Amino acid sequence: MSQSAPQLSWRLLRVWRRDWLVTRKSWLIGFMTPLLEPILYITSLGFGFRILIPEIQYEGHTLTYVVFMAPAIIATNIMYTAFMENSFSSFVRMYYQKTYDAIRATPLSVDEIIAGEIMWGATKSLMAATIMATVLSLFGLVRYPTGLGLLPLAFLGGLLFGAIGMLFTAFVKSIDMFNLPIFLLITPMYLFSGTFFPLENLPNWAQSVAWALPLTHLVSLARNLCLGTVSWMNVLVSGGYLLAATMLLVPLALRLMRRRLIQ
Amino acid sequence: MSDNVIEVREVQKRYGTFTAVDGISFDVKRGELFGLLGPNGAGKTSTIRMIYGFSPLSGGSLRVFGHDITTGWRDVRARLGVCHQEDSLDEEMSVRDNLEIFAGFFGIPRAVARDRANRLLEFFGLENREKASVRELSGGMMRRLAIARALINEPDLLILDEPTTGLDPQTRHQLWEKLARLKNQGVTIILTTHYMEEAAQLCDRLIIVDHGKILVEGRPRDLVAQFVGKQIIESSPVCEGLRRFVTERGLEHEDLGHRMLIYCKDDENIYHEITKTYCQDNCILRMGTLEDVFLKLTGRELRE
Ligand SMILES: Nc1ncnc2c1ncn2[C@@H]1O[C@H](COP(=O)(O)OP(=O)(O)OP(=O)(O)O)[C@@H](O)[C@H]1O
Ligand SMILES: [Mg+2]
Repeated sequence: MSQSAPQLSWRLLRVWRRDWLVTRKSWLIGFMTPLLEPILYITSLGFGFRILIPEIQYEGHTLTYVVFMAPAIIATNIMYTAFMENSFSSFVRMYYQKTYDAIRATPLSVDEIIAGEIMWGATKSLMAATIMATVLSLFGLVRYPTGLGLLPLAFLGGLLFGAIGMLFTAFVKSIDMFNLPIFLLITPMYLFSGTFFPLENLPNWAQSVAWALPLTHLVSLARNLCLGTVSWMNVLVSGGYLLAATMLLVPLALRLMRRRLIQ
Repeated sequence: MSDNVIEVREVQKRYGTFTAVDGISFDVKRGELFGLLGPNGAGKTSTIRMIYGFSPLSGGSLRVFGHDITTGWRDVRARLGVCHQEDSLDEEMSVRDNLEIFAGFFGIPRAVARDRANRLLEFFGLENREKASVRELSGGMMRRLAIARALINEPDLLILDEPTTGLDPQTRHQLWEKLARLKNQGVTIILTTHYMEEAAQLCDRLIIVDHGKILVEGRPRDLVAQFVGKQIIESSPVCEGLRRFVTERGLEHEDLGHRMLIYCKDDENIYHEITKTYCQDNCILRMGTLEDVFLKLTGRELRE
């Protein structure tokens, strides 16, 4: 209830469990999307660009377009899954269903509710990434053992983008307002974070901007893990970026949600 | 520990510069059914939210089960159940899951939760709808489910914010009976309502608040006796003769233009006098009610 320090305990898992039990009921939808999405991308972009872009230069490697692009499908999905969960879905639970109000009559703090929700968003990212990575593996697009690194990466990325979603949930007055961060933040990241073309193709200033964005680091790590070309430098810089941003934005999201909810 | 489940002392609630609760104090005793009455915007929900630590106090102190709510809210919440004024059921879940999953927030083991859900579904006559989704329920069923959910942790204190608003008379009476049974089992209950008849029937004690302040506190019957008397003469329309008579005799009355209420305390002769001389047909003698007390104390103007 206090306004200052976060009040966190393992009780946040109870919120996570609630979300898990509810989602489990519609597991088929949750399962089919990440199963089919990579297949759609590979067949469309992969076959579509095969003639236009026979191969692509990426950090000194020569890759076919599908091999280059496939890891970005996972990375962008990690971003979208957690962001959507902690923006639209969390807003519905908070604003329309009054789920948070109901839980606040039990021994859980606002911090635990929000942290549980962000953790759930990250879990959804992890589950989707696991399914997508499995599908891509069948096409021979993921190298192992480095490919296993996608799992912790998905969870970390999920925490970060969930926290970003939650930051907007702490402010928006109506659900339509989420279109703004999607248009101004999420979609530009989706297009300019080294997802569909190498960042080297951009002018220098644009590259610098891109490296300031979290998705660029998520894509970079995902790609190098899939290609088996991941370096310690890569892990240190991009992993460090994601971790630092997460450790900054999760507490910020908790704080702003506390401000919104505790009146 | 004292016999008080709730101790409210000089509690204030401010939203920005607006004061919604303005220094109220009251106690709720163990096993009591306590009513919180007041017009729209009086500060009932604001008060209730402070009692279960949902909303921080702007001033004063509040103890529940002997714990200071500001620091001991977790222990307090483990032992109470809340039914909110606005529906907060989980629409994505079935009736049964609403109970069982909510039990999870209290850390109740699954087998125990299932057991309690069975009993609560039966107690509230929902056992045939346990698989239905909340969206399919009628308003009355939803309210029953909301109260059932508030009982999943077997609370010692039940907090009900307008539990019967929007319910048909059948459901309302059925709920009263359930509440009476819970009270017999030793559950302390605090409730808000806009139905004065309900408050009069159910509440051992109540307060009437307005503009964030307590106007009166007491037993429903005592309040009626004190403020309006056992009987009231009501005349509608009002003839001029009656107006004059009332003023001459110095009777306590309320002139609403088309209607007049005369508080005759316990003097039945006044009624016979009035009906003999003035408006025979437009005059009735009726019991004083809590609604009369409420309107007398809080006025007849519309709120908000
Ligand atoms: N979060 C809030 N921010 C600002 N003002 C608020 C807030 N909550 C309540 N108020 C105001 O405080 C006053 C008391 O509100 P409250 O909800 O406690 O009244 P109430 O007695 O429960 O009314 P009702 O019978 O309509 O439910 C009202 O004027 C209301 O507008
Ligand atoms: Mg209210």
